[in-house]
Amino acid sequence: MSINGKAYIVGAYEHPTRKADDKSVAQLHAEVAYGALQDAGLTKDDIDGFFCTGAAPGLGPLNMADYLGLTKLRHLDSTDVGGSSYVLHVGHAAEAIALGLCNVALITLAGRPRAEAMATGTAPRSWGVNVPDDPFEIPYGRTVANAYAMCAMRHMYEFGTTSEQLAWIKVAASHHAQWNEHAMLRKVVTVEEVVNSPMISDPLHRLDCCVISDGGGALIVTRPEIAKSLKRPLVKVKGHGEATKNQNAGYTDLTYSGARWSGPRAFEEAGVTPRDIQYASIYDSFTITVLMQLEDLGFCEKGQGGKFVADGNLISGVGKLPFNTDGGGLCNNHPANRGGMTKVIEAVRQLRGEAHPKVQVPGCTLALAHGTGGLLGTRHGSATVILERE
Amino acid sequence: MATPASNRALPAIQVDPTNKPYFDAAREGRLLIGLCKDTNKHFWYPRGCSPFTLSNNVELVEARGTGTIYTYTVMRTKEPYCVAYVELDEGVRVFTNIVDCDLDSLKIGQKVKVVFKPTQGDAPPATMFTPV
Repeated sequence: MSINGKAYIVGAYEHPTRKADDKSVAQLHAEVAYGALQDAGLTKDDIDGFFCTGAAPGLGPLNMADYLGLTKLRHLDSTDVGGSSYVLHVGHAAEAIALGLCNVALITLAGRPRAEAMATGTAPRSWGVNVPDDPFEIPYGRTVANAYAMCAMRHMYEFGTTSEQLAWIKVAASHHAQWNEHAMLRKVVTVEEVVNSPMISDPLHRLDCCVISDGGGALIVTRPEIAKSLKRPLVKVKGHGEATKNQNAGYTDLTYSGARWSGPRAFEEAGVTPRDIQYASIYDSFTITVLMQLEDLGFCEKGQGGKFVADGNLISGVGKLPFNTDGGGLCNNHPANRGGMTKVIEAVRQLRGEAHPKVQVPGCTLALAHGTGGLLGTRHGSATVILERE
Repeated sequence: MATPASNRALPAIQVDPTNKPYFDAAREGRLLIGLCKDTNKHFWYPRGCSPFTLSNNVELVEARGTGTIYTYTVMRTKEPYCVAYVELDEGVRVFTNIVDCDLDSLKIGQKVKVVFKPTQGDAPPATMFTPV
C-alpha cells in the first residue's frame, strides 16, 4: 500500500510560548489542539484519530483523550521514538486514513522542560525502568550532548569535517531566526562566534546545541475529500519512511544515522529525489545532527556534509537547500525536547506560502521534514516525510 | 593545557538477574563479553539472548581487556569526564569512560586497557579504560 496522495495536512499550529510558567502540560496540549483545529476549520468532534507520545501526561493517549474531551476516537497511536515521533505520526496518520481507520487525525506535542529547569542535554538520563542498556551506559555519564558529540568526533576523524563547517549550520539557522518574533535566539551569529562559544562536549560548543524551550504544536491530517472541502491550501502527504538504528550488537558505526534507511523509503514512495526538494526541515538537536542527516538523506555524498553546509548553502535566498526557516531547534524552539513537530509545521508553512516573507522559498511545492529521536550515538528513531503543495 | 580526569562519584549500578554474572566478574577484576554460540560471534552489551539469532544459546567469555579508542568526547562540566566507545581487541565497541589521564591528550585510535572503578555502596564497579 502506498500513502502517496491518500492524506493531507490541513491544520498546523505552533504554540507561541517559549516559557510556560503559568500553564500545565495538559493545558498546552489543549491549546495546540484547538489552534490546529481553528487553522483547519474543523471542530473537536471531527477528530476520530489521536496521536501523541510518552511525553503526553498519563497512560499512552488515554489521559489526554479524556482531558481534551475526545469522545469519537476509533484510532489511537502513541508510538514514541523521541523527537522524531511527530514526523512518524504524520506517516502513520496517512496510513490509517488510507486504510479507512479514521477520517481526521490529531497529533499533539507539548512540554515545559524550561519552566521545570531541566538540564536536558548535560545531565545523565534514563528513558525508564528495567532498561537493559542502562547499567552499561548511565554510570558512565551518558547524556544527550555527549552521545551526539561522539558522532561529531568520529565524523571529523573519518572525513575531516571541521568545527567551522558545523558552525555554518548554526549561522544559517540564526539568519532565519532573526525574522521569527517568537524565536529564543534572534541574533545573527558568525562562524567565529559559534566556535568561540564555550565547549560543552568536545567538539560541540554551546552554540552547536539547540535551545531548551517550552511549548508544543499540533497537526491535523485528513482524507482528500475532507481536505478539499476546507479553505486551506492543500498540502499532500506524498511519502513516508521510518527506521531505527542502534548499536548493532556492539559493532557500532557512528558515521551514519537511520536516515540512511528512512530517507530512501520516503523518496521511493513519493517518486521524487533529493534534488527535487525545494525546502527541508532537518532535525537540529545539534549541528552534527543536521550534517549527518543531510548526507544520509542523499542531499550530498557521505563525508561531504561539511562542504555542503558551508558558506551559507542552507540559508534561504542564498544557498541551494533552504532549511529550518523558522530558526529550528538551534535558534527558535525545541518544545518538550522534541523537535519533530515544529519540523513538520515549518514545512507546511513553506508549502502554503505562509513562512515569513524574508525566508519564504518562492513557489515552494515540494518539501521534506526529517526527524532523529533518541540518541544519535546509541539508539535512535528516524522518520522522514515528503509533502507536496497541490 | 591539561585537564585531569575527575574522580566523580559514580551512581550505583542496577544489577538484574540476567546481567549479574557480568558484574560478579567485574568485582573480581575480570572483563566479560557476550558470545553467541550459534554464530561464534561476540556481542556487547551482555544480555540473555543472542542479538544475531535471538536464541538463548549465549555465554559470557573473558576478554583480553585491551583495545583502542573508537571515539570519545570530554564533558566540560565542573568535574570533567571522558565518555568513549572503546573497540576491544575482540571487535565489539564498549560505551565507557577513559580515566586516570590528561583528558586533553586523548586521541582516536589510542591504545587503552580496562580498569574497574568503585561505584556507590555495595554496587559492583564500573568498567572503564585508561591509556596503556
